[in-house]
Amino acid sequence: MNADFTAEELAFQAEVREFLANEFPAELKEKVDKRIRLSKDEIVGWQKILYKKGWMAPNWPKEYGGTGWTPTQKYIFSTEMGLVGAPEPTPFGVTMVAPVIMAYGTEEQKQRFLPDILESNVWWCQGYSEPNAGSDLASLKTMAVRDGDDYIVNGNKTWNTYGQYADWIFCLVRTDNSVKKQEGISFLLIDMKSPGITLKPIVLLDGHAEVNEVFFDDVRVPAANLIGEENKGWTYAKVLLTHERTNIAGVPRGKRRLASLKRIAAETDDGFGGTMADNADFKAQLAEVEIELQALEYAELRTLAALSVGKAPGPESSILKIVGTELAQKMDEMTVELAGYNCLPFVPEQFEEGFDGEQMGPGSSAAAALSYFNNRKLSIFGGSNEVQRNIISKAVLGL
Amino acid sequence: MDFSYSEEQQMLQESVQKFVMQKYDFYTRGDIIKSEAGYSAENWTMFAELGWLTVPFTEEDGGFGGKAVDLMVMMEEFGKGMLVEPYLSCAIMGGTLIADLGNEEQKGALIPRIMEGAMITAVAYAEQGSRFNPNNVKTSAVVSGDEVVLNGAKTAVLGAPNAQTIIVSARESGAATDSDGISLFLVDAKAAGVSIKAYTTIDGRKAGEVTLADVRVPATARLGAAGGAAAVLSAVIDRATLAVAAEAVGAMDSLLTKTVEYSKTRKQFGTAIGTFQALQHRMADMFIQCQLARSIVVRAAMILDSDEDAVGKARAVSSAKSRVGKAIRKVGQEAVQIHGGIGVTDELDVGHLFKRVTALDLMFGNAEYHLQRFASL
Repeated sequence: MNADFTAEELAFQAEVREFLANEFPAELKEKVDKRIRLSKDEIVGWQKILYKKGWMAPNWPKEYGGTGWTPTQKYIFSTEMGLVGAPEPTPFGVTMVAPVIMAYGTEEQKQRFLPDILESNVWWCQGYSEPNAGSDLASLKTMAVRDGDDYIVNGNKTWNTYGQYADWIFCLVRTDNSVKKQEGISFLLIDMKSPGITLKPIVLLDGHAEVNEVFFDDVRVPAANLIGEENKGWTYAKVLLTHERTNIAGVPRGKRRLASLKRIAAETDDGFGGTMADNADFKAQLAEVEIELQALEYAELRTLAALSVGKAPGPESSILKIVGTELAQKMDEMTVELAGYNCLPFVPEQFEEGFDGEQMGPGSSAAAALSYFNNRKLSIFGGSNEVQRNIISKAVLGL
Repeated sequence: MDFSYSEEQQMLQESVQKFVMQKYDFYTRGDIIKSEAGYSAENWTMFAELGWLTVPFTEEDGGFGGKAVDLMVMMEEFGKGMLVEPYLSCAIMGGTLIADLGNEEQKGALIPRIMEGAMITAVAYAEQGSRFNPNNVKTSAVVSGDEVVLNGAKTAVLGAPNAQTIIVSARESGAATDSDGISLFLVDAKAAGVSIKAYTTIDGRKAGEVTLADVRVPATARLGAAGGAAAVLSAVIDRATLAVAAEAVGAMDSLLTKTVEYSKTRKQFGTAIGTFQALQHRMADMFIQCQLARSIVVRAAMILDSDEDAVGKARAVSSAKSRVGKAIRKVGQEAVQIHGGIGVTDELDVGHLFKRVTALDLMFGNAEYHLQRFASL
């Protein structure tokens, strides 16, 4: 029993570190540190750097231009990325739709869509949730009716992240109303420029519209854009959801945030002549978070070790989602606690690209509450933490 | 990276599992606790025959290897069976102190006998007022010619009533909480001036309050250099702390399994209570606590077996014990709650597992103590 990396893995780790030190743009790093939102061009630019290195698709097999890495290499890569604050590629194309296209798409679909995902030429977004289909996703109502060589799509999707940047959307649509709800769903790829699609931004508590509602009004979609068989979409989506749940623990990012909390605590007056770093309650909270990160890291390593010997990511990975998101939210709470009055100013635009007004509040303290508000989403998306507990009680405990 | 058990570790695990299944059911255990000795001498002999008593010792000392991971594997199974035999106090604590501090003569005289099951030791380090700080020692050791005279009172000495040799911490110099000045002495439990007030612990083990009144031991009974035992004592307590954390992981596993099983059979309102989501989510949370506890104990065991420095090892143990303590309260209390009335009776094993993990939480410092220690190191 040991948690050591092999010599090859250590060499790989050194290579990743060197790459990030040289290639992760300093101006991006500065923005991430100041919690300024990256623009679409900046995100795409960074992804093209990853592509040039051949590291855009850690989870793809080599034949499609992926890295073909072992689970341990992927872990090392995402750890090193997280430790320096380098953004992971936006997941919708490379992590979410691509594995489904690879597994269930036709040769033609693979050639048409995968290279553009790899090169970040096309931005994808996700069309799953609907206003009345959240945790109970299978009850979705957006209809696709076959009409010659096309489907006609009507309905609406919601919580569509970065839809404003997207060229394409992958959707779960209903193609059969007469069967059990899971058995009448299909997986359809839709060009966002199609006539009949409108986007309505949804402003979140942090004042930013990172999500949208998408309306489909008699949208014609070529049947050639159907993935796999009609009415089998739910099966395909479930595979994808398992992918969504791995890598969600966020331990490296958590470590980075903990270091920043400690730094800020030491710089924050407690109002009685000392700093928050001397505050007994806050110190205990910091220690608890550090311990929880250690436990979570080893829970993740144990899952990873099981993956390395060929076991599929089991329902145990629900733990990583629950604990990882609750821990991230706990740290948001602590950031607000540290900021005190300085988190009161609601000036969301100062964290947007191109803001040139006067900064409110010292450092990024005014971002504390915004992040706290925004990250309440963590325990809601990707299968709410209650749904994860359902998965554990059914699939692990057999209840 | 490899989290699987070696062949030897698997064999060790299976041997404890088999023993618990064949020789240590809940009722047999109850009879052992009620017996005068409070442990089974027959079992102790079997532990020796199975080689379990060699596990804490290195190969140079004739043992199985002395690895923390081996102890973890074993103690987890001990936790499931709620064993009451003085393995922790004798083999892990007493044995490791002698192995790490003793001279060749002391080791040669005692270690083989411990491994054969012919010698039971206990370690008296805590005192009223010392709480969990092993460096808070008021018991005095005064040199008198070729002898040392011990005076003081020790508390919560696990295994004391059955020990032939008690290892006593005593102060030879310095103020009450100095780490310098603490020595350890091998004291014959029957020596003049030693009195033991025996009791059974909340989790069914034997322990005692040990009083030392002008107890005279030869100077050769000192383990290690005069006044220099604190660092080793602390490291051995850390190792024992890892062992009880692993024991708790096993016991919590049993608590979860038994609770889930019970919820599938217990019917109320015409249905198994395990179909209620209010209970399902609480059992899912118990599962999460069990997994996090297991993960952080694995981490600590690996760090204890690595070349990490003393502070790093102490931090790893404290983070594990603190996290496990938190899990213990959640899992223990929820197991009883979900069992309902039967969970608070003496007749079901669940209540006894709850009592065992509650004792394990406080052994060598509870969750709060280790959180503070982690933050201060």
